Amino acid sequence: MSGHSTFDPKNPALKWLEARLPILGLAHSSFIAYPTPKNLNYWWTFGGILSMMLGIQIITGIVLVMHYTPHVNMAFDSVEHIMRDVNYGWLIRYMHANGASMFFIAVYVHIFRGIYYGSYKEPREVLWILGVIIFLLMMATAFMGYVLPWGQMSLWGATVITNLFSAIPFVGEAVTTWLWGGFAVDNPTLNRFFSLHYLLPFMIAAVVVLHVWALHVTGQNNPTGVEVKSSSDTVPFTPYATVKDAFGMVCFLLFFAWFLFYVPNYLGHADNYIPANPLSTPAHIVPEWYFLPFYAILRAIPSKLGGVLAMFAAIVVLFFLPWLDTSKVRSARYRPLYRQFFWVLVAVCLGLGYIGAMPPEGWYVTIGRLLTAYYFIHFLIILPLLGFIEKPLPLPASITEAVLAKNHGAAKPAVGA
Amino acid sequence: MSGKTRPMRFARLLKAAALALAAFAATPALAAEGGAHPEKQPWSFKGPFGQFDRAQLQRGFKVYREVCASCHGMHLVSFRNLMEEGGPEFSEGQIRLLAAEYQVQDGPDESGEMFERPGRLSDRFPSPFPNEQAARAANGGAYPPDLSLIAKARSYSRGFWLSLLDLVLQYQEHGPDYIHALLTGYDHQPPEGAHGQPGLHYNPYFPGGWIAMPKPISDGQVEYTDGSPATVDQYARDISAFLMWTAEPHLEARKQTGFMVFVFLAVLAGLLYFTKKKVWSDVAH
Repeated sequence: MSGHSTFDPKNPALKWLEARLPILGLAHSSFIAYPTPKNLNYWWTFGGILSMMLGIQIITGIVLVMHYTPHVNMAFDSVEHIMRDVNYGWLIRYMHANGASMFFIAVYVHIFRGIYYGSYKEPREVLWILGVIIFLLMMATAFMGYVLPWGQMSLWGATVITNLFSAIPFVGEAVTTWLWGGFAVDNPTLNRFFSLHYLLPFMIAAVVVLHVWALHVTGQNNPTGVEVKSSSDTVPFTPYATVKDAFGMVCFLLFFAWFLFYVPNYLGHADNYIPANPLSTPAHIVPEWYFLPFYAILRAIPSKLGGVLAMFAAIVVLFFLPWLDTSKVRSARYRPLYRQFFWVLVAVCLGLGYIGAMPPEGWYVTIGRLLTAYYFIHFLIILPLLGFIEKPLPLPASITEAVLAKNHGAAKPAVGA
Repeated sequence: MSGKTRPMRFARLLKAAALALAAFAATPALAAEGGAHPEKQPWSFKGPFGQFDRAQLQRGFKVYREVCASCHGMHLVSFRNLMEEGGPEFSEGQIRLLAAEYQVQDGPDESGEMFERPGRLSDRFPSPFPNEQAARAANGGAYPPDLSLIAKARSYSRGFWLSLLDLVLQYQEHGPDYIHALLTGYDHQPPEGAHGQPGLHYNPYFPGGWIAMPKPISDGQVEYTDGSPATVDQYARDISAFLMWTAEPHLEARKQTGFMVFVFLAVLAGLLYFTKKKVWSDVAH
């Protein structure tokens, strides 16, 4: 979206439009001529995959709303009406429900790719922060979407999470009542969650536009972390990145289809096929899998307010990542120590996810606390210190040099992930 | 060179160790929760090409109608569903006759009165009790749940590792396996010294071990005309399969569509892969 467009239409109608609104030129410079580093690996296709998933979620969601009724007495049966009576309703609904999980799988890969290759570092801080905002919006959207079928987990998950706000000193109770629109999770809560669940995806789409805009101003990072130096470092977005992204997307769709067609309830919870009942609490109230690491952090702190603060801090810390990492070198390929801590962080996050799924008793509590502590130590202590302690490997002079070195088997950079 | 490979190898080792540690921490999850683990049954509808056995669904419906229906509703299922593709596939004539045997409340008529009329194809199955309170009053305080979705609303924990395997092997018949185990599990003796509340019955597969529903069915209770054995085990299999269908009436269409989608996506991925190779062939990357 930056720089002067080289788009020069021959067709008189297009010429006419371009002179009045250069939208085709914008599209051309953003998605056709846009210079892409030529050494991007498949981890970079997840940006395109995420755009695709957002599109799938919005389209399937709009169709679902045509048949869904947001009322506590009718919501559950209206979802079953979709599953049974609407033509291909089962497909649309399973696509939407599993699509949310696929969206989170892709976003976690995307986030960890950014962390591994230092994509948040100067000059891409704003790009990164916009990404964290998208992540927050996604979490809010997914949480409210899970409430809509009005099964047991919908009701009780909503009750547990909204109750967290009651931990706010002095105004907590009032805030919770205001969120509920009453004195418990009930019809007003379902109605507003439905309204917001429809609104937020469009806000996500808007922030995605900003995210892509910021990306096109700074240009993409790449596996070497060395900035683009000349045109020999890049290839035009179309056809090079387009065809590679398309291949990545179709592979991801194959993965998606496995869940969608063969194990569509694998990531869900059986209790959500029981209609919501305020008088009967399920034995275990478990959030959706993508919230489990944060749920573990919430429960690791013995005080309610402390737990809530820690959980939000776990996300807030990501906003400061560009300044917490003091190393001048971006890519973990040239940071031998950081690379190890990165994988420890991945393991810690997986571990937190596991603890989040377990009952808060015995060793699970202790392990959960250790992992929570490590999560914050990684960002607040290890990262700032590493920049001073670590001796990075020599960087290649340019992307082209790194590519040539790799192709000629020279000793330069070992391929990372 | 060696200075560069060592940290690399170390990183990999560390990565493996960290993942192994996370996995090791997961092992205690295998400790059972709830009741005894049901045995897996050889369902005809499991796996990527699974299909319902029509005769089995028809027998299962017979069991529902003659046994379960006296206490359990099935309010999400319409009569017409029983003749639709992918289900028991009764003939339309059979279902018209069947529906007409039920009395369905309709109305109000011109004078404002509710009235009863014979059921039609479009009617849902009438529930045996007018409301939950009436159902509880007639069943010693316990509420017999609606069975429409029961095969998807019941599950049991298989622990972390088996669950990962289930994803790969597409095991998702937790519900039918549980129902089969529960219905055949009434003959177990309670552990010594264990006593349930009065009116409860011991069944090791029910979470907690004590269930309000008495043994619902015995050998020979439902007459089969197709030569299938009239045993509790066979009844349990048939009703479980039938309830899987009521919970997921489009299961066959889902799996068949899935196979076509897989073939299409796999071919498309192959074409895109070679297109990508060709496009990138003139670029060192």
